Amino acid sequence: MSSQPTETQAPTRRRKPRPAGTLYRGDITGLWSWVLHRITGVAIFFFLLVHILDTALVRISPAAYDAVIGTYKTPIMGLGEVALVGAIAYHAFNGLRIILVDFWQWGTTHQRLLSWIVIALWVITMAGFVPRHLISVFTGQ
Amino acid sequence: MSIAPAALPEAEAPILPFTVTLIIRRFDPEVDEEPHWQDFDVELYSTDRVLDALHKIKWEVDGSLTFRRSCAHGICGSDAMRINGRNRLACKTLIKDLDISKPIYVEAIKGLPLEKDLVVDMEPFFESFRAVQPFLIPKSAPTPGHEHTQSVAERAVFDDTTKCILCAACTSSCPVFWTDGQYFGPAAIVNAHRFIFDSRDDAAQVRLDILNDREGVWRCRTTFNCTDACPRGIKVTQAIAEVKQAIMNNSAKK
Repeated sequence: MSSQPTETQAPTRRRKPRPAGTLYRGDITGLWSWVLHRITGVAIFFFLLVHILDTALVRISPAAYDAVIGTYKTPIMGLGEVALVGAIAYHAFNGLRIILVDFWQWGTTHQRLLSWIVIALWVITMAGFVPRHLISVFTGQ
Repeated sequence: MSIAPAALPEAEAPILPFTVTLIIRRFDPEVDEEPHWQDFDVELYSTDRVLDALHKIKWEVDGSLTFRRSCAHGICGSDAMRINGRNRLACKTLIKDLDISKPIYVEAIKGLPLEKDLVVDMEPFFESFRAVQPFLIPKSAPTPGHEHTQSVAERAVFDDTTKCILCAACTSSCPVFWTDGQYFGPAAIVNAHRFIFDSRDDAAQVRLDILNDREGVWRCRTTFNCTDACPRGIKVTQAIAEVKQAIMNNSAKK
């Protein structure tokens, strides 16, 4: 998407340069849930890549493995784990919704409801996980 | 809303037009390298449609504004365009349904080659449409003097997809189609659905084989943009899901 500002403003108007085209105003239960599914999918892929590499270290040298895992025990990584669990929970629930939409007639006609159920399940999961996790990250308990 | 003067004994309160700003994405292939936005202020009534605004601009302000329209009543499917970020028919979008405190953004539909202003080249779209063989292919001729018969229930199965007017609002709202012009697109699948599930037709398998392709129904990611964009209210994503299921059930039987 290129966004060269254009010179052709009508003389009476004074507006900031406008984008190259309007963004499609899709629904959060449709277009944007799909975009988020893609983003979380790619993010999880890169996590797994790193995760497999660091776990594989234990075969090479347990000491190196301990050193690498030790560097993860910081509050920043703790917050990163919140993002990771959030991404995985969303991707999992939304993936089940997509399967239902594809395989179940009722799913295509009640897609909006299904999307809100996904969001509700995600909120419930995170509400259970985040407080407990952050307590252990910041107090070490 | 205008306030009528208190004392108007006979005449009804005059209905006054109001000023609406349209920002239209213009492109003249002979002059411009890139499309650009241009503002127009038009006097409109709340009963007017976006198409009336475009007509007003073309007829009274700038005759070079280029757009397609034919019947102007939501049947011919010529004037699909992206209005305020959503694909709509200009002739079915009433000004009163839009937020006129802000300008109305109008641009051509995306994913098809832009020709001029709001006109795109529809040929790739119709090519996909033709590729699914959108015509009745019966195995046998009906008995002379009769027609192919069909029950009400058999007809109801594909009733929804008979409504398509080929405006391309669905296909050009699809994020998969924007990035992958090879994808058949929702409209072609809707029109395949119309014949696949027609009890008088005997070539369902041919069409299912065509759509059981890398660029066929499996490209659909169920974003439901097409269902929202359809000016005829066709449940497009549901129709695509039914074709997906028909392909899976067929290959399971074999």
